[in-house]
Amino acid sequence: MSPSLMEGSQQRWLLTLLTVTIVAFSLVPSLRLLMEALGDLAQGSESPLWRVLQAESTWRALARSLYTSGLGMLIALVLGSLFAFVITLTDIRGKAWLVFCFMLPMMIPPQVTALSWLQLFGPASPLLKSIGMAPPLGSPQPLYSAEGIALLLGIQSAPLVFLALRTSLLSLPRELVEAARISGARQVQVWRQIILPVSRGGLVAGGAMAFISSLGNFGIPAMLGIPAGYYVLPTLIYQRMASFGTGVLAEMASLSLLIGVLALASVALQQAWMKRSRFGLVGHGGRPHDFSLGRWRGGVTALLVAVLLAILIAPLAALVVSSLVPAVGVPLNGETATLNAYHEVIGRQGTTWRAVRNSLWLAGGAALLLILFSLPLAYRLQRLPQRWQNLSLSAIELPYALPGVVLAVACILLFVRPIPVVNVALYGTLGLIFVAYLARFLVVCLKPVAAGLSQLDPSLEEAAQLAGAGPWRRLGSIVLPLVAPALFAGGLLVFLLAVNELTVSALLWSAGNETLGVLIFNLAEGGESVLAAAVSVLVVLMVAVLMLVLSLLAPHLPKGVVPWQG
Amino acid sequence: MAGLMIDHVSKRFGGQTAVDALSLDIEPGEFVALLGPSGCGKTTMLRMLAGFEPLSEGEIRLGGRTLASPERHVPPEQRNMAMVFQSYALWPHMNVAANVGYPLKLRRLDGETYRRRVAQALDLVDLAPYAERSPQELSGGQRQRVALARCLVTDPDVVLLDEPLANLDRNLRATMEQSFREFHRRTRATMVYVTHDQSEAMALADRIAVMRAGRLEQWGTPQALYRQPRSAWVASFIGQGSRLNVAAGRPGLRLDEHALMRGLAAVAAERTQPVLVRPEHITILPEPVAQDGLRAKVESVTFRGERYELHLRLATGESLLAYHHAAPAEGQQVAVLLHEGWCLEPEA
Repeated sequence: MSPSLMEGSQQRWLLTLLTVTIVAFSLVPSLRLLMEALGDLAQGSESPLWRVLQAESTWRALARSLYTSGLGMLIALVLGSLFAFVITLTDIRGKAWLVFCFMLPMMIPPQVTALSWLQLFGPASPLLKSIGMAPPLGSPQPLYSAEGIALLLGIQSAPLVFLALRTSLLSLPRELVEAARISGARQVQVWRQIILPVSRGGLVAGGAMAFISSLGNFGIPAMLGIPAGYYVLPTLIYQRMASFGTGVLAEMASLSLLIGVLALASVALQQAWMKRSRFGLVGHGGRPHDFSLGRWRGGVTALLVAVLLAILIAPLAALVVSSLVPAVGVPLNGETATLNAYHEVIGRQGTTWRAVRNSLWLAGGAALLLILFSLPLAYRLQRLPQRWQNLSLSAIELPYALPGVVLAVACILLFVRPIPVVNVALYGTLGLIFVAYLARFLVVCLKPVAAGLSQLDPSLEEAAQLAGAGPWRRLGSIVLPLVAPALFAGGLLVFLLAVNELTVSALLWSAGNETLGVLIFNLAEGGESVLAAAVSVLVVLMVAVLMLVLSLLAPHLPKGVVPWQG
Repeated sequence: MAGLMIDHVSKRFGGQTAVDALSLDIEPGEFVALLGPSGCGKTTMLRMLAGFEPLSEGEIRLGGRTLASPERHVPPEQRNMAMVFQSYALWPHMNVAANVGYPLKLRRLDGETYRRRVAQALDLVDLAPYAERSPQELSGGQRQRVALARCLVTDPDVVLLDEPLANLDRNLRATMEQSFREFHRRTRATMVYVTHDQSEAMALADRIAVMRAGRLEQWGTPQALYRQPRSAWVASFIGQGSRLNVAAGRPGLRLDEHALMRGLAAVAAERTQPVLVRPEHITILPEPVAQDGLRAKVESVTFRGERYELHLRLATGESLLAYHHAAPAEGQQVAVLLHEGWCLEPEA
């Protein structure tokens, strides 16, 4: 055999091996969980799954999960479709900024969102105190309620509705609208009779995604629900694990299975529905439809800005105010303003700094390692038959699609005992969180790279091959430079999500191994809301900067990689 | 420079046979066109020559060396071939000079030799001033010429061209045809050119392989294909003409005026030999004369600038295409003289 042929098959085998390993690695946690939850079914009514299904607390938490997620989905649908319709269809000004601000809540970690809203309302709110509008001491915090949880879930997942609807609106052929106009329909009629029915697929998809994301959300129900004793499924697992430790693992596995099945069933339901409501659209999509708002433009702009003020600016302002006061309950003015909290966070080498460092290492390491894996993985996947490609992608997506709590419980199950053969104990170390992050965020990094690869004309590589470039050379000098922006963007997205991650690390952290997410959560729970606010302000700044970097990169990326730029 | 031998090559995708026992013997330095309608297997054949597709049966040899057979597959990067892709396949992350120079880099050439050969290649396609541009800044024709320059920079044994003019407009095509001819004349490289456009193939190629449904229909010079098409299908694919049935001759025979006119006069049952009559071999006699010629009715007249194209209907019901310097009225009766015809193989 010629050397290049050997090189070719050597590359194929290496990449296949890598792909198989990664797919297996993605499947193992879920399989372990399934084994644990179903393993003792033979014990009949004494088996963990049976006990969990009989417990009243399970059904109460399930009902609360469904209620908060359902209500949150409705709020997300209202907010998301308002912004999607107005920004995509009309000639409103400043679209780029409106989109950026509307998307920001999706990227801000839930625990920060919850904290900032807590600082906005209630008797102890520094902002309300500073402007003299605080309710009297002893009055209840209105957000410690099911509706408070639902409101924040809705705001956090509204961008998902926005994105799904915007995509479907942009793919709406212009001719459909023009044909209606030439038939004599006014703008409002076109919207109600043509656009709304044809784009309902996007609305359904967005609603389902908002529901699933709310179902798995941990930060918001933890910050708002636990103080009021209001437990949804993810917080129920957290609370049990926190009080009873690994002794209740089998039951927690059963509970996790319940959420996992619920989330996957919602995905399946959504896809079945989408298939039914899909139209074969003919014509040229991809351009927004410039409906003229005319004299309404001022009013509509004011409405959108007011909504943004309420859901983004006001809570963030409250957060900033809270971070500048010396102690909870002190109003902010020229004399009381202090940067002490920031000094405490950055200056002292205490727990705070350690958590920041841990998160930076975890997120940076995960992003780098996933960047390294993603290109060869995507390259091999692209060459698989369609069926195998879809199956492998589903396996890789599973740890991300499942709620974080489920993955966390699965990882504990996997690593609670030292790994056999090598005898390394991951439980109770940062390594466990790192492994969980790798599994969870792989698909985030892989998707942009896969999109970039599928857009490459195969003849680009064939031309290099005929020119004499061997397989590794082609991967390095043709494919890599062309997908490098997508690869970088994927890594950046991983970093952005991982550095603020709370759900997985809330269950996996141990003393000395706190993450940034856990730190904010613990500070807020311990009443240190000034410090928590200061850390959160820094987190929001970092998120905004990273989002801006991604936005600047967007022109060089395949469509859809930067979620807030359609 | 080495000759290229395609020996009973077949390619099957699942149960589908894309190329069926194709054999061609291409001389060194020859310009060959693979011509056929879309789906005839010509692009698959080209990709097998390049090495992107393994073959199911047969053998491809270059000089004395076996490039591909079911047992052996030399990968594309070791075939010393070059290709112009339909999409040109210029690497967007490299400028024009880097695109052209990439094959040299792979051959570990650098410094003065590298610069000189890139400059030479760019000179050959008149693109020297564009060396530092990125491919996206060039027009379609310029991109085409960059792809050509990249082909010739390494002195490949064979240059493959996959419908390279398909994405260009009409005017540019004529110019590019000229630059392909020029390119071939200067480099004397063996070139295999895939196209579905018969006039492009006729204008460029030394020899044309006409393909249909994976099989070789006919293999010959453009002149031979035009004057002596083997089957009615080739005749209809290349040039214009009419098919008549006569009672004379046998496949592969040329009939003169006398034999042709007599063969046409026979009774229908005896007229079993299909014959191709090109329009330039027909004379129109405006007034029907008793002895001379065949009576025909003018069905339609199309003005083509230098002449008129006449669609005629013979008394037998067969249609006939002829050229004439003047336009007879539609429905008018004329007499026609057929000077020669080429006997085709009957359709299987």
